[in-house]
Amino acid sequence: MRANIIKMLGEAGSGHPGGSLSAADIVACLYFGGVMDYDEHDPQSAERDRFILSKGHAAPVLYAALAEIGYIPEEELGTLRKLHSRLQGHPDSKKVPGVEVSTGSLGQGLSISAGLALGLKLNAAPDAQPHKVFTLMGDGEIEEGQVWEAAMFAAHDKLDNLVAIVDNNELQIDGNVKTVAGLQDIAAKFKAFGWQTIEVNGNDVDAVLTALKAATLIEDVPVCIVAHTVKGKGVSFMENQAGWHGKAPNAEQVAQALAELEGEE
Amino acid sequence: MSDIATRAGYGETLVELAAEGVDVMAVEADLSGSTTTKKLGEAYPERLVNVGIAEQNMIDVAAGLSLAGKVAFTGSFAAFGTGRCYDQIRNTVCYANLDVKVAPTHSGVTVGPDGGSHQMLEDISLMRGLPGMNVLVPADYWAAKQAIRIAAATPGPFYVRLGRAKVPEVYDAQTTLELGKSYVLSEGTDVTVIAAGVEVAQALEAKELLAAEGISAEVVDAFSIKPFDKETLLASVKKTGCVVTCEEHSTVGGLGSAVADILGENYPVPLERVGVRDSFGTSGDPNELLAEFKLDAAGIVEKVKAVLARK
Repeated sequence: MRANIIKMLGEAGSGHPGGSLSAADIVACLYFGGVMDYDEHDPQSAERDRFILSKGHAAPVLYAALAEIGYIPEEELGTLRKLHSRLQGHPDSKKVPGVEVSTGSLGQGLSISAGLALGLKLNAAPDAQPHKVFTLMGDGEIEEGQVWEAAMFAAHDKLDNLVAIVDNNELQIDGNVKTVAGLQDIAAKFKAFGWQTIEVNGNDVDAVLTALKAATLIEDVPVCIVAHTVKGKGVSFMENQAGWHGKAPNAEQVAQALAELEGEE
Repeated sequence: MSDIATRAGYGETLVELAAEGVDVMAVEADLSGSTTTKKLGEAYPERLVNVGIAEQNMIDVAAGLSLAGKVAFTGSFAAFGTGRCYDQIRNTVCYANLDVKVAPTHSGVTVGPDGGSHQMLEDISLMRGLPGMNVLVPADYWAAKQAIRIAAATPGPFYVRLGRAKVPEVYDAQTTLELGKSYVLSEGTDVTVIAAGVEVAQALEAKELLAAEGISAEVVDAFSIKPFDKETLLASVKKTGCVVTCEEHSTVGGLGSAVADILGENYPVPLERVGVRDSFGTSGDPNELLAEFKLDAAGIVEKVKAVLARK
């Protein structure tokens, strides 16, 4: 998935590698770690769990996963951000099978996910487990006030089929998240709203899987997984560099990144 | 016929729809009594979701409910239920083309004593600019019930503009209205007076005043601001040769602008606009405010005379 992220961003000539790479392990665990139920032949299956990429700028990581499932052809990844492509710079649910809802304007995914989780609970038969909703937010993103409106609502309505994951890579466009706007202890904030929280190394696949599976078993309250990640993870020159938030690699950088990622595998 | 507010048609129609088997829900921001969505919650507790004073969350929770197959209406007052959450309506509801029906109440100056902060005069402008958004402005209680039914039955985003003040009944229980239609309520030959919302009753009153002076006005209800009924407008102005638009809204971006767009491209004729001129509202009694902003029948008569002078 990381290699596909680098390749598609290289082809596109613009986009967001840092936050796509930091989230790659989390998204891979959700789709390919046995966490989410879905039908690889039917993106609209009524029996599916839902994933909403609230941090829509990390579209490449979602597209890489949807290509891996087979909802979109892998060769289409090269059309990212190009005229007439289905693969818009930020995900468009009108165009791409498997994208549950369009995102891109930050801070909205948690509210949408909470409404969806509530709807799925109301739709579930009395003796059945409701389908689950997972949403991935950036740590910079949760500076948006709406996130905290949603945090209050989800706990109040006991949406225990909702799991929020914060990709805590500590960087946003203008620098460190702690220095730009003073975002402090994320888990403490969610706890204060009545959520259960789990802190985990978000680039450790085993740890992420354990956390996700634990989160789905918790009853009566929504769960927030604070996933501590490295922005640009897997590509040495991108790691922990805010400058790689919204800049695509050139041909030489693509080659170097792919060499590193393939060496890792 | 007694006067009744358009908002009175909101909650009770949601209850009717739920009883008919429509999977309707209302998401409210602490104003369920004022907007009347409370009625849905009283009849069907699970169908009313109150998110508290959090309008951005309100819109996106409705968006999420629509993704679960619900027909989700939202509440609050028009000032906060469109302006405070414009980005949520744009980037989630409209961009993803969801079945969210934005139907706040308390639009326009007839909110009354609460004053300018609460008197939304830019909502039609905001909403009709959004790709895919349908905009309905009911003239009375019966039209409001029809608007809620149309919004529930038609896929995609809707804005339904509702008001607080009691207004005269223009329609009746047998009325059926359609998306994309304007309605000629009273035929005339000298001037087309096309009005929306509370202004429809004012336009009908103005027609009587004008008739006393020998002026024959055709009164049209622009129920569906978007999509707009171009044919009915053009047929009327081809007969009368001039138009006055009447709206309890800013003249920037509302009905007057919609009519000017169509006439400019298709059939330019003299046009005058009754509306609020690039200003905020102010505290007062609803009827005092209609007069203050020249939105009342006398204000319409004045504009009719101005447009006739330009014919």
